[in-house]
Amino acid sequence: MAGYPARAPARAARRRTAHAAATAAHYAGLGALAIVTAFPFLWLLATSLRATGSVFGFPPVLIPRPATLANFAGVWQTMPIGRFALNTVYITGMGIALTLLTSALAGYPLARMRFPGRDVIFYAIVGSLMLPQHVGLILNFVTMMRLHLVDTYAAVYLPGVASVFGIFLLRQAYLVIPQEIEDAARIDGAGELRLWAQVMLPLVAPALATLAIVEFTAYWNSFLWPLIVLKSPDRYPLAVGLLYLSGLFAHNTRYIAAGAVLMTLPVIVVFVALQRYFLRGITLGAVK
Amino acid sequence: MAARRALAAYLFLLPALALLGVFTFYPVVFGTALSLFDYDVISPPRFVGAAHFRELWTDRYFWIALRNSLVYLAVVPALQLGAIVLALWVRRPLRGIGWFRAAYYLPVVTSMVVAGLLWRWLYDESGLVNYVLLRLRMIHAPVHWLSDPSLALYAVMAVTLWKGLGYYMVIYLAGLEAIPPVYEEAAALDGAGAAARLFRVTIPLLRPSILLASTLSAIAALRVFEEMYVMTGGGPVYSTYTLFYYMFDQAFNALHLGYAAAVGVVLAAVTIGLSVVNFRLLRQGGLSYY
Repeated sequence: MAGYPARAPARAARRRTAHAAATAAHYAGLGALAIVTAFPFLWLLATSLRATGSVFGFPPVLIPRPATLANFAGVWQTMPIGRFALNTVYITGMGIALTLLTSALAGYPLARMRFPGRDVIFYAIVGSLMLPQHVGLILNFVTMMRLHLVDTYAAVYLPGVASVFGIFLLRQAYLVIPQEIEDAARIDGAGELRLWAQVMLPLVAPALATLAIVEFTAYWNSFLWPLIVLKSPDRYPLAVGLLYLSGLFAHNTRYIAAGAVLMTLPVIVVFVALQRYFLRGITLGAVK
Repeated sequence: MAARRALAAYLFLLPALALLGVFTFYPVVFGTALSLFDYDVISPPRFVGAAHFRELWTDRYFWIALRNSLVYLAVVPALQLGAIVLALWVRRPLRGIGWFRAAYYLPVVTSMVVAGLLWRWLYDESGLVNYVLLRLRMIHAPVHWLSDPSLALYAVMAVTLWKGLGYYMVIYLAGLEAIPPVYEEAAALDGAGAAARLFRVTIPLLRPSILLASTLSAIAALRVFEEMYVMTGGGPVYSTYTLFYYMFDQAFNALHLGYAAAVGVVLAAVTIGLSVVNFRLLRQGGLSYY
């Protein structure tokens, strides 16, 4: 007991060292995993900047000397990457715009109006999440044939426009708008449509931004459905087009790597710039 | 007035309901019924009753695909365990933790095509994975990750794991944030050690998130397709052929739409059965646990 006070500082120092060691180990673990998840991207980027060689060969090249943009110019000029990019931008743009509009329209009465069948409609919409969507894939193709929409851009984005997540997200956003704001607008004589467009819509802008970001990655990366419904390569989005090119030009991995970088860069930029909205999108989506 | 407002409400809902009706409710309901018909798009559907299901029973490729899809479920516990550990790791407010979280999330926002091409190169006989393992002397000769039928399915699973970890990490982070700190503080005051706090307090409180994430993950694992389509084409010798892949081939390559629908119905039945089991196992817990 007598020695206790004298030994206390030593013990505190030892504990501090142990703490520092634990933190270092923690960082080492985090770093090791970050290498596994992020390193392939750096290697992809390095490959796309190389003047010679391919993705294969030992040892791997991480800092290409000399670095060159020739592969990007090459893939842009000799392969229809520019066309694929345009298709992707158009499909993604139309998809986001229509999803936002449809969700903003449908969420509004579900949150703020009383009418027969409201609850049934709401539960039917949310309950559709539990349907086995993959069974619907087959008949959606038949529907597109009947509508003569096979091999059109509209066929790619239309089935995704009515987003259950979007409707739910917007309904939640409309719900928290104070009643006084609505009442004041009504006293000013605003009709339903004006009330929605001029008063309500601006107030749910943050929810629309979250939805736009979630839908951006979904449309940009969508692969299976465009693969099914598009037939001519000049309508392919990047996801389908890149795989198509990788089959045709299997030997030229530097060009394909450059194409992959071009496809991935916009998503990474949006993600890094708007990380907060992004992660909020998932958590909201998960809670639904 | 009330009638006019109701009319306005229905008009607001019209685009969403019309699209959901045409592209979700109609195809799922009639797609299920289609499993009882022969249909090749060109001639009108012909009723065949349960013939497709009897045919599936003796269809070798169906059983291979079903087996592979069920084996693929092994990715779920690995993914969930990894994501929970990761969420606990990145929860600590260390400096620069935001960058680590972003690095783990990077594969999630990447297109499956890019991820698949990337891993096809990494897994190549002269690719980076073999290079690293050879240098670390963990293997003596290059491994044929995607062209060895006994390995390919597991190699593809690793990609699903790599791509999904960050997504489930975010779900668990949100779950952890929803737990009021008083529970862990109270346990600490009662003398519970770090391990006891984790296993007796935090993990039970996290159970709603575990239920949600593992259900989502199991549904996704049963429907796995894009990974295989990009990396292996279902091969070698059908070793990565899944139920979804079989449905896709039957519907859009062979134009056996009714038979494809029958495969889809089996897949749906397996999914629903598994979700029910999962729900039974993990129902308890959460804040109502105490």
